[in-house]
Amino acid sequence: MSVAEAPPRESPAWSPARLDRGERIRAVVIVVLLALVLFALPERMSAYWTSVVTQVAIFSVVSLGLGLLIGRVGMVSLGQVAVLALGAWVGARLCFATGLPFPIVLLLTGLITMVLGTLVGLPALRLSGLYLALITLMLAGAITVVLTATNFPNGGDGFLGHVENDFGNPEVRRPSIAETDPAYFRYTVIVAMVMFLIALVHVRAKPGRAWAAIRQSEPAALAAGVNITLYKLWAFALASFMTGVAGCLLAGDVGELFTYQFATSQNIVLLAVVLMGGVFSIWGAIVAGVLFKLLPALLDNWGLPADLLTILFGVGILQVLLTAPAGLVYQFPRDMRNLGRLIMRLFGRGRSAKEAAS
Amino acid sequence: MIEIDDLTVRFGGVTPLDGMSLTFHPGTNGLIGPNGAGKTTFFNVLSGFVDPAEGSVQAFGEDLLAMPHYRRARWGLRRTFQTEQAIEELSVAGNVALAHEHSKVGDRASRREDVLGAIGFVGLDVDPDVKVGTLGARERRLVEIARAVVGRPKLVLLDEPGAGLPDEETEHLGRVIQGIPEHMGALVILVDHDMSLVSACCENTAVLDFGKLIASGPTADVLRDEAVMKAYLGTEEVEGSEQVA
Repeated sequence: MSVAEAPPRESPAWSPARLDRGERIRAVVIVVLLALVLFALPERMSAYWTSVVTQVAIFSVVSLGLGLLIGRVGMVSLGQVAVLALGAWVGARLCFATGLPFPIVLLLTGLITMVLGTLVGLPALRLSGLYLALITLMLAGAITVVLTATNFPNGGDGFLGHVENDFGNPEVRRPSIAETDPAYFRYTVIVAMVMFLIALVHVRAKPGRAWAAIRQSEPAALAAGVNITLYKLWAFALASFMTGVAGCLLAGDVGELFTYQFATSQNIVLLAVVLMGGVFSIWGAIVAGVLFKLLPALLDNWGLPADLLTILFGVGILQVLLTAPAGLVYQFPRDMRNLGRLIMRLFGRGRSAKEAAS
Repeated sequence: MIEIDDLTVRFGGVTPLDGMSLTFHPGTNGLIGPNGAGKTTFFNVLSGFVDPAEGSVQAFGEDLLAMPHYRRARWGLRRTFQTEQAIEELSVAGNVALAHEHSKVGDRASRREDVLGAIGFVGLDVDPDVKVGTLGARERRLVEIARAVVGRPKLVLLDEPGAGLPDEETEHLGRVIQGIPEHMGALVILVDHDMSLVSACCENTAVLDFGKLIASGPTADVLRDEAVMKAYLGTEEVEGSEQVA
């Protein structure tokens, strides 16, 4: 074959932002599930379960941010729950201080948290691996300490906006179109979808390629012209933006915020569920959200102790690391396919013979 | 034209590059020498991974060492690595697009054409959408080279591209490398231990030994040079075993 004259191969399929077949199937499954979740679920659920699935959606977005940092760029942050708390604080403050429409509040909260969260991510330019994880965890601890002192805004005066009141406080408002729990759940899911779309666009385009290069080899990334500092900060900024939006959604969801909702230990649990869900696909974040919020509610419902969760997550992490490093989001469909094949083999001998031949 | 003047690198008490002065002309240039002669260190200086103690590098009239390292790629400096560094998680096209979208040339509209052009140029006969992680050593090498030549670079550094490839693959590789100056418009510096590859590709070759330039000129003359023979004979066994590996 002549080397230089070889014409460019025609590949009508290729474009930088194309979904492959597996991803298309996954996208269809997800759209169907979403439609089900949006239109069928809310009216059939009690207030308790509605609040649980709302939090699943919120924490899917938080997991998405952390998953991007770990899976795409290779940076482990143990400070995302603290960034979520910052987002909740900013969101609540904006809601009480201004009369801005809720979507604008969401956007502003995202942007402000983006700036704050990027500061948390600054050590990532010098550190990686265990040291980055430790530093972010300590920053998270520091943020929690400060928030314990200042408390969350609840309609008071001044910059902190907190007032001690034994007779109950006004709640963080919700968007006027989504005052009720089921409506707010739908609203949350739609905002979460937008966040997933933003992530998908990033991963499929220039930033995603730059991150993949950084994760595998920083020298190779540099040699290809990637500004490593810029793209690492970009990843932190994106994750913080999403987490900030999630924090604002959370503020609107619970109405009244307390520091104990953002315990520092939650950062570690979040890392565990994100790893279990899978960091190499953005859909793993949904699994992580379910593990983080739905599983505890289920255990509670079945009358099992909450401590069991720690053991379950421990075993889960081992299981995932040993048998499916890409996470449950890959393992589950694979196991289902294997199961399907097994059933085929049991019921159709001809088919199994054909498979053995191929 | 790349003018290297008195380039010196020191790591503590070691001097891997000692007062190297040399001019590379357009075309394919060889850079050879025994292991530890300073060839990769020289590439690392050009890439910006190592800061020299002294010396300057004028590349087509610009001071290369004054640029931040990621900006050098935008300027038109590309390289491949001794251990191939194609990004496994990206597709073949994604790998090549990575370098294109961070270079100054071209826009979104021409990217697709340039990327597929580079893949065709290196003779990669695989689906551009396939993930690099699923490819073999030969294809990965070619992906890395396609990434280095896409988007009209000015200077391409190839660090032992033939390492670990069987002879017939090396022949193909040689034709690709020879075609880079003409078809991609870049000055090429090739480091390799495979003398047949170097003689096939390079009109001019320079030889480093213990960080010092010991010979440079037309490849055939350089390979017959007495000082060069001596440098190589002194480490013949090491060289021999590396050829096998």
